[in-house]
Amino acid sequence: MLRDITLGQYYPANSVLHSLDPRVKLFGTLIFIITLFSASNVILFAAVICVLIGIIKLSHVPFSFMVKGLRSIVVLLIIAGLFNLFLTPGKTLVSFWIFSISDVGLKNAVLMTSRMILLIIGTSIMTLTTTPNQLTDGLEKSLGFMKKAGVPVHEISMMMSIALRFIPILIEETDKIMKAQMARGADFESGGLIKKAKNMVPLLVPLFVSAFRRANDLSFAMEARCYNGGEGRTKMRPLKYTSLDQRAYICIAIYLIVFYSAKVIL
Amino acid sequence: MSIIKSKELVHEYIRRDEEGNVESIQVALDHVNLNVEPGQFISILGHNGSGKSTFAKHINALLTPSEGTLIVDGMNTSDDEFTFAVRQTAGMVFQNPDNQIIASVVDEDVAFGPENIGVPTEEIIKRVEKSLKMVGMHKYKNHSPNKLSGGQKQRVAIAGVMAMEPKCIILDEPTAMLDPDGRKDVLQAVHTLNKEKGITVILITHYMEEVVDSDYVFVMEKGKVFMEGTPREIFKDVELLKEHSLDVPQVTLLAHELRKEGLPLPECILTREELVSELVKLKNGGYVYGR
Repeated sequence: MLRDITLGQYYPANSVLHSLDPRVKLFGTLIFIITLFSASNVILFAAVICVLIGIIKLSHVPFSFMVKGLRSIVVLLIIAGLFNLFLTPGKTLVSFWIFSISDVGLKNAVLMTSRMILLIIGTSIMTLTTTPNQLTDGLEKSLGFMKKAGVPVHEISMMMSIALRFIPILIEETDKIMKAQMARGADFESGGLIKKAKNMVPLLVPLFVSAFRRANDLSFAMEARCYNGGEGRTKMRPLKYTSLDQRAYICIAIYLIVFYSAKVIL
Repeated sequence: MSIIKSKELVHEYIRRDEEGNVESIQVALDHVNLNVEPGQFISILGHNGSGKSTFAKHINALLTPSEGTLIVDGMNTSDDEFTFAVRQTAGMVFQNPDNQIIASVVDEDVAFGPENIGVPTEEIIKRVEKSLKMVGMHKYKNHSPNKLSGGQKQRVAIAGVMAMEPKCIILDEPTAMLDPDGRKDVLQAVHTLNKEKGITVILITHYMEEVVDSDYVFVMEKGKVFMEGTPREIFKDVELLKEHSLDVPQVTLLAHELRKEGLPLPECILTREELVSELVKLKNGGYVYGR
C-alpha cells in the first residue's frame, strides 16, 4: 500500500504546458502570483480568473486534480475567512449576539479566500505539469545567479533530487520496520495522540540509523563515479529554450503589460 | 604491464577517542602484494572482515594506503592529482543496489558518471545507449529504478560504471543481496564485458561458485593474501580450504568426497559438466564401485 504513493503530483499528459521549459513555468507562476495579489478591483480579478481558466484548459489536467490540492487547506481557508469576516472594523452590516460583520470585513473575507484558492490552483498547475526532476533542474538554472552570493545552488538541487529518489525507498523501509515491530507486539494504532507519538520512537530510531547508513553508502558510490560538485559538470539533458518557450515568455510579458496598464487606467 | 600493481600495501583503521588519542588500530590490509594483468578476470575470495572490500576501495582511490603503494594503470592512487583519473579508469560497483543509484530514472542514473567527468551532451547520450545495451537493460531506459528487481538494478549500476569507459571494473560483492536469477544475470553481464570488451574485471565475492570461471583467484584472510592461483589450483586443496572454513563449490566437494571413497576421479573438478563426463567415462571404462 505504501509503495503506491507517487511523489509530487505530476500528471503525465501531452500538452503545451507539459512541454514548456520549467524555467518558463516558474517565471509564469511568479507573475501569476504577483498579479493575483495586486488585482484590486473586480474587473482585474475577473481578468486573472479568465487567464487561469485558459491555462487550465491548456494543461489537459482534469480540474478535479487541482481541487484535490485544496482539500488539505480547507481548514486554513475557513479560519482565514472567518477571522477576516468578523474581526475587521468598518461600517456594520449585520450584527448578532457578540458578532458583527462589517462591509470591509465581508469584502476582505471574500477576496482573501478566493485569492488563496486561486493561488493554490495556480501553483498546482505548475507541479502537475512538471516532473520533480525538471523542477529541481529548473530551480538550479534559474537560481544560478545566487551562486555569486555564495549560495550552493547546485548542491541544494542535488540534495533535492536525491531526496526525491530515496523517499519511496525510505517509505518501504518504514513499512518493513513497522511490520517487524508489529510482529513483536508493538502497537501503532491504539491510544491517544501522545501515546501514538511515543509509539513512533522505536520506529524512528532504526529508520534514522538505516538512513544514515544509506547516505554513507551513497556518498561512496557518488565519489566512485567521480562526483566532484557542480564544477565542470555537463548534462545529458541540458535545459534549452525552444521557440515555444520564447512565445510563452512573450505571452507572459504581454499579460503583465496589459494587466498593469489596465490597473493604471481603471 | 600490469593494470593493477600493489606493493606491500598496508591499511590501518585507526579509532580515536574524544581527545584524539589513538584507542585502537585495526590492520585491515597487511602487506598485500598482487598484480593484475589487463583483460584478466580476477576473483578475490574471503570471509567478512578479511580485508577484501577495503582492498577494493583502494583500487578506486576511495581509500589510500597507510603504507606501501598501489599503482592503477601507471597512476599512484596516493597522489591526489590522479584521484579522478583513477576512478575513471577503475569503476566500482557496490553491494547494495539501492544505495548506489542516484537518479530517479534509469538513463539519468547511467548518465551521472559521464556528466561528472564533463563529457559533452551528445556523447553522453551515445554512451548511455551503448552501456545499457551491453548489460541488456536498454528497454528499461525510462523506468524508475524503484520498479526494477535487484539484479536489474545491479546491471543498471554496472552500465553506470561502463558509461565512464573504464579499463577495469571492480565489483564488491555485487550479488550478495540478489536472488539466484538476478545473480546469474549479473554474472553473465560481467563475463560478457570481460570477453567482448576486454574489460579487466575484479570480482569480490564469498560465493565459491562465482569464482570457477575466473582466470586467477586470490584468497584473502585477516588482511593477507593467503592463497593465489587459477581456480583449479585453489580448489585442489579442499582440506586446506576447509581448515580455514572456506567452502569449495558443491560439485568440487562432491568429487572430493567420491575420491576419498576410492573412485579414481581426477583432482579438482569444477563444473557439473566435468563431473558428469568423468563419471560417464568411468562407467564406460567398466569401473564398478567396491571391486
